Amino acid sequence: MQGFFPYLVRRLLWAPVILLAVSFIAFTITRLGPGDPVSVAMGQFRDQEVLERVRAEKGLDKPLIEQYGIYLKNLAHGDLGESYVYKNTDIGELIFPKMWVSAQLGLVALIIVFSVGIPLGTFAALKQGERADPLSIGSFLFLQSVPVLIMVPLMQYVFVLKLHWLPTGGWDGIFDKRIIMPALAMSMGGIAGVARITRAMTLNVLGEDYVRTARAKGLREFTVLRRHVARNALLPLVTIIGISLVSLLEGAFFAETLLGIPGIGRFSFDSVHNRDYDAMMALTLIIATGFILANIVVDIAYTLIDPRIRYDSRKSG
Amino acid sequence: MTVESPAEVAAEKVAQPSRGEGPLRIALGRLLRKKIAVAALLFIGVFYFCGIFAPVVAPKSYTAQDLDQVTQGPSLSHPLGTDRLGRDVLSRVIWASRTTVVVTAATLLTGGLVLAVGLGLLAGYAGGKVDTAIMRLGDVFFALPGLPMLIMINATLGDRVRSIGLLTKLEDWLKIDGFPDYVLIFGALSLFAWVGGARVIRSQVLALRETEYMTAALAMGASTPRILFHHLLPNVSNLIIVSLSASLGSIAGTEIALTWFGVGVQPPTPSFGAMLFEGGSIRSLQAEPMLLLVPAAVVAALIFAFNLLGDALTDILTPHGR
Repeated sequence: MQGFFPYLVRRLLWAPVILLAVSFIAFTITRLGPGDPVSVAMGQFRDQEVLERVRAEKGLDKPLIEQYGIYLKNLAHGDLGESYVYKNTDIGELIFPKMWVSAQLGLVALIIVFSVGIPLGTFAALKQGERADPLSIGSFLFLQSVPVLIMVPLMQYVFVLKLHWLPTGGWDGIFDKRIIMPALAMSMGGIAGVARITRAMTLNVLGEDYVRTARAKGLREFTVLRRHVARNALLPLVTIIGISLVSLLEGAFFAETLLGIPGIGRFSFDSVHNRDYDAMMALTLIIATGFILANIVVDIAYTLIDPRIRYDSRKSG
Repeated sequence: MTVESPAEVAAEKVAQPSRGEGPLRIALGRLLRKKIAVAALLFIGVFYFCGIFAPVVAPKSYTAQDLDQVTQGPSLSHPLGTDRLGRDVLSRVIWASRTTVVVTAATLLTGGLVLAVGLGLLAGYAGGKVDTAIMRLGDVFFALPGLPMLIMINATLGDRVRSIGLLTKLEDWLKIDGFPDYVLIFGALSLFAWVGGARVIRSQVLALRETEYMTAALAMGASTPRILFHHLLPNVSNLIIVSLSASLGSIAGTEIALTWFGVGVQPPTPSFGAMLFEGGSIRSLQAEPMLLLVPAAVVAALIFAFNLLGDALTDILTPHGR
């Protein structure tokens, strides 16, 4: 584990730097947009004097850098700003319940991705060279090619309009059948991705000497697969949990919007359309933080699982 | 990848100098021997042809309305039917493919080629502080969640970019409707598209720098441009092709996603994103599923073709890519 702790410290010190860069870029971009939030919120029929007063009240008449400083200071106190659309509501109050909804949905989708993808990939690897092989690879690639924004309406068409199995949309927790459509639609691409990686890795391991040895000493095939193949083949999957989470999140933008689920995906869509800049800013920061932390956690998990990996400072990059 | 007998491989190696073929041509030959890759290439070719020559290929304009025939099914005059505003769906699909063609080509050129190759070569060859600066910048972009950032950039800067006088003049001059939208989208996409390619190219250049032929070139006093473009670029071209082809599907998909979100190409300029948004609402699905299925089929087929091609190219061009 030599070199791991310096590496970890560097990564953790690097994260706030990136976040600061993100917040500055996002802040500048929102303030560069045409019309400040107040004039957008007050609409066309506004009184110039009132406008000026509210702008001064919100500190929007100050120079950009100073505004950014104030924003950071408030942020440090846990104040994400105020929504300009939902009047007098803290963005924090608005966002956190929505994040909980998205987190539940994402977790269910993530579980589906790995619990379906791994057996599928292993199965495909065992059938390598048979007729089912190119077919399975092809269908994995195809599933990865259908965007969520197409998958959801297709599922609605089949399951809601034709078969009448499911309601059109909505949300009532993870034990409600309304979670089926968004969770499935969001996990399709991930399932295919996990299956492809599992297949490739399993094929690599199946050719190893120790697998032949395990078979030669008379272990049952299932034991060989579980103990000798799966353990080594599934390791790289840890690294793609981070990537899967990101693609799940991107899918959530579309699934939540289309199915009327009150998560942060839907909230992003609304914020963009209402030009609720502070809300967009907060969302970007929260998502970026989650993304960066997930990457760090994955890297750490990877080192802990596979001691062969060293984070030598000279070789990274 | 199909397993080639040693004899075949040997024959190829012997035949190579006499035929005067470069490695890229050999790779092309291998690609053409893969039936699936050829099918994907054909589809992409037809798609790009339709997109580039949309004014000629499309039977009608994308704005022409036939209000007597609203949301009609397929007929002789409208092979794929009409939408809710009486516009020909086939023509709109063809014009929408033009949007995809422009955005993918422009992003590939700016982000994929100029930025990725330029910065990758520079970082690897120059080393030192330049290298550190470029790679740290790359780290920042790599650490950002792409789609949310793109949505944010496009949503806030969209109107500003659209009001730049030069772009609207270019729009008239080039006769490409929605040109400022295109610039906004491929500009934002390029910001994020270069990191992966630049990293791969940099590490390859770092390895190449230690080779004997580079020492020889330096000893003979080769100029920096000659080393960069004559000695280094040809040796990273495989990597460039692999990383470009792998990113095509996601570039096309991201434009569609942005337009779907309402921050990409603005109406009336047609885009698959807008068609899918209109056709994907539950009411529209109930009344006229064709309005979703037609653009959905084209988009899925296109991204599938990009992915198949990317997969085949990765197989062929990366020596240990399995």
